[in-house]
Amino acid sequence: MSGLSRRRFLQLSGATAAMATSLGFSLDSLEASTPQLRIANAKETTSICCFCSGGCGIICHTVNGELVNVEGDPDNPVNRGSNCSKGAATFQTAKNDERVTKVLYRAPGSAEWEEKSWDWAFERIGELTAKARDASIVHRNDDGVIVNRTEAIASLGSSILNNEDLYLVSKLMRGLGVVNIEHQARI
Amino acid sequence: MTNHWIDFKNTDCALIIGSNAAENHPVSFTWLMEAKVKRGAKIIHVDPRFTRTSARSDLYAPMRSGTDIPFFGGLFNYIFETGRYHHDYVLHYTNAAHIVHDDYDFQEGLFTGYDEEKRTYADRSSWAYKTDAEGKPLKDMTLQDPRCVFQMMKKHYERYDIDTVCSITGMPKEKFLQVAEMFTETASPDKTGTILYAMGQTQHTVGSQNTRALSMLQLLLGNVGRPGGGVNALRGHSNVQGSTDMACLFHIIPGYMPAPNDGDHVDLAAYNATTPKGGFWTNRPKFIASLLKAWWGDQANLDNDLGYHYLPKQKKGANHSHIALFEDMMAGKIKGLFNWGQNPVVSGPNTNHEAKALEELEWMVQLDPFENETAAFWKRPGVNPSDVKTEVFLLPVTTFLEKEGSVTHSGRLIQYRWKAIEGPGQTKQESWIIDHIARSIKSHYEGSNKPEDEPIKYLTWDYGSSDDLSIFVDAVAREINGKDLRTGKQLPGFGALQDDGTTACGNWIYSGMYTEEGNHAKRREKEDPSGLGLYLKWGYAWPLNRRIIYNRANCDPSGKPWSEDKRTIWWDETQERWVGYDVPDFAPTRSPQDPGGTDPFIMLPEGQARFFGVNSMNEGPFPEHYEPYESPVENILSKVQYNPAIRIWESNKRGEASEFPIVCSTWRVCEHWHTGAISRNLPWLAELMPALFVEMSPTLARERGISHGEIVEITSARGAIKAVAMVTERIQKLDVQGKTIEQVGLTWHFGYQGLVKGDITNILTPHVGDANTTIPEYKAFLVDVRKVK
Repeated sequence: MSGLSRRRFLQLSGATAAMATSLGFSLDSLEASTPQLRIANAKETTSICCFCSGGCGIICHTVNGELVNVEGDPDNPVNRGSNCSKGAATFQTAKNDERVTKVLYRAPGSAEWEEKSWDWAFERIGELTAKARDASIVHRNDDGVIVNRTEAIASLGSSILNNEDLYLVSKLMRGLGVVNIEHQARI
Repeated sequence: MTNHWIDFKNTDCALIIGSNAAENHPVSFTWLMEAKVKRGAKIIHVDPRFTRTSARSDLYAPMRSGTDIPFFGGLFNYIFETGRYHHDYVLHYTNAAHIVHDDYDFQEGLFTGYDEEKRTYADRSSWAYKTDAEGKPLKDMTLQDPRCVFQMMKKHYERYDIDTVCSITGMPKEKFLQVAEMFTETASPDKTGTILYAMGQTQHTVGSQNTRALSMLQLLLGNVGRPGGGVNALRGHSNVQGSTDMACLFHIIPGYMPAPNDGDHVDLAAYNATTPKGGFWTNRPKFIASLLKAWWGDQANLDNDLGYHYLPKQKKGANHSHIALFEDMMAGKIKGLFNWGQNPVVSGPNTNHEAKALEELEWMVQLDPFENETAAFWKRPGVNPSDVKTEVFLLPVTTFLEKEGSVTHSGRLIQYRWKAIEGPGQTKQESWIIDHIARSIKSHYEGSNKPEDEPIKYLTWDYGSSDDLSIFVDAVAREINGKDLRTGKQLPGFGALQDDGTTACGNWIYSGMYTEEGNHAKRREKEDPSGLGLYLKWGYAWPLNRRIIYNRANCDPSGKPWSEDKRTIWWDETQERWVGYDVPDFAPTRSPQDPGGTDPFIMLPEGQARFFGVNSMNEGPFPEHYEPYESPVENILSKVQYNPAIRIWESNKRGEASEFPIVCSTWRVCEHWHTGAISRNLPWLAELMPALFVEMSPTLARERGISHGEIVEITSARGAIKAVAMVTERIQKLDVQGKTIEQVGLTWHFGYQGLVKGDITNILTPHVGDANTTIPEYKAFLVDVRKVK
């Protein structure tokens, strides 16, 4: 849209409506029959698309915490409001019946998931990790060098996490002595 | 990327090779089309297949997958024969003038120092410069000495004449010449050319040398460090740059420092003794000291080596890369896996093998918004769940609109994601989950007195409650940037880091992102006085907000921009400093006349970019052509058939051309994303692209009696899959070394979970990787295709 941004267009439309009374005829009935834009009173929050590494800006529109619309962020200089087919479909990453919404656990040999609480999961994961680590941790190698490593635990992923989350993965795993640390960048 | 997405608008010519940019990174084409319309820029696409990218290019040249080095070698040869290179740039900013070591040689496809038994270059002492008595490299600034890098490179690529390279690549000669002529126009100092590449370059057994080769081309043409130029990897995921920077990889620790091993890095002094002797990396002791202070706080002191012994030391020479990791898993060495969001059952090479390896785990913790193939590996087709003893946790996570924090795009730009909505049900952001897992694990070690438990017991974890994520994530971001421990103030940048334990910094390359002024990743100011699309106040680009790295090379040796309409920085005589629109990637007051004043490549000891790799690559100083691990033809450039330095795992089956005569590659479509773990669960995208298909030429289809739209079987030495046949003119048979070679290609977005399903393409791919990175060879392997009766 050369020379006329989406926002400017909306502002101009508003100005046109304000001038309606001076037109000599009323636009009231037309206005009444035009559905209000979904995003008219929405809160805008900006984000960055979750798919490729383009870093395209996304705007989310929410009304009372409810997601009503997602579209390209016209202010972001990288994509200037445009999105590809994936970026344009990001609304469905949030509004989606396929999402996993419960903590799921599959016991050894079981054919089913079962629902668990976060507390139960964290306790069990802590226990399993400590057990695997304690059984395998090498404090000194054969030459007497302090190595503090375990080769019995591995960490995979993930390049869709935010930087701060990734930093914590890297830090926690190395604090545990894990050397099998990999993610999508390798493959 | 050395440059960034918007910068494509500044180019005069874009060479896209090993990438379908228009389809897989559409934002790149926003800017390339602007360059085309506004600057009259040309776009060249070199690829095995005519794609959406080719359709928008000025020139398309086909090639056989896996023959990039012959293509680039042919261009080098063309450049040396025609003299179409940027002479002053090559002379001053590269190692072209350096004299190579007397013992360096190349014979019959092998460089000096090869140990055939160990399949490795055991002695690399000759992959070096010849030095004077003081150890200073000798140079010949006339570039005439037969042992100077320029002449050695010229000689090395004499064998890559047009007839030979076109015979290997299958590229028609006239196409090769058109590409060569068009792209080498950018050797002119007032022009710049860019290269865009993706996994089509890297996913080969010679992937690293492919990217070296294209970098060398950019150096010959004087295109690095300049607007509209550079070496630009179009990376995959939204934050794969950030995950690499944060070192979720076995071989590095945050900020691209080497992960310590128990041979070379036994203590901090030994680690620091491996610090490069010149260039900016000489500051590495400050980076490691500050990392140790960030991770172990008060327990890291000068009297205990700053807690260096807490960092895990790998076995010297160990390979824990993806392929090796899964081989170790298969061997039962790995008991537990944290999977923070990856789907290797679809994305891993030889994935039947990798899925089977998961069964050897005692437990797996997976975080994902959807139940993908890896989460469901224990109930995959053909497997009885009762036979799988692995304990599996699937923890529900939020998706990006529900998250708080920053991501780094391919051009190193860190931008912020503000949380817009709450996630559904029990979903939580990874930070919250990692925080709780960390606390749970740490609780086991609170009372321990064992020395081996100190690293986890003392690991700092002071971010407050993760129940308020905006505060928690903020505290993590502050730690990443680092602070001065004497004043408690955020550091202004990595220049302030110290090696004496007075600074703490989680990742030195991000230092400067979050200063006392605040978190610069959140900035949204749109000033661009340069008109070049630099936007210095939009987000924050590492390092130090430089938007185009090595930008000293955008000026001639005297400090004046090569081109007036592409000015980024320049030397200001009156202020006696580098000034301009971008942040100088150079010491700000080092004048062009100062020692090192004409050395733009500050991360290298010699300050000059390397045509001749000084002991940096595992298969030699110059990129040399070797055929893919599986190839339909013999290597006609030497007797060495495939990369002599790759590791071969015994489990891997190698297909022969007699049984599998067709070259196969894998690729993606715009409507899906990688394994489809997300996109196959979005109804709009699932409907747009509902099935796996295999693209093949009309000639192959006729030969095999295959019709467009029917289901066919594709087989390799690893397995068999079915896909819909797409018979298309987009792929053409090639004439290679006197033989007709057919190529096919598959998308790899499908699996047995999700709204739309299909066979897993990576069942076909080999468990073999590049000699430096071990990235799998997904892009060139052998298959056969047949009708399904």
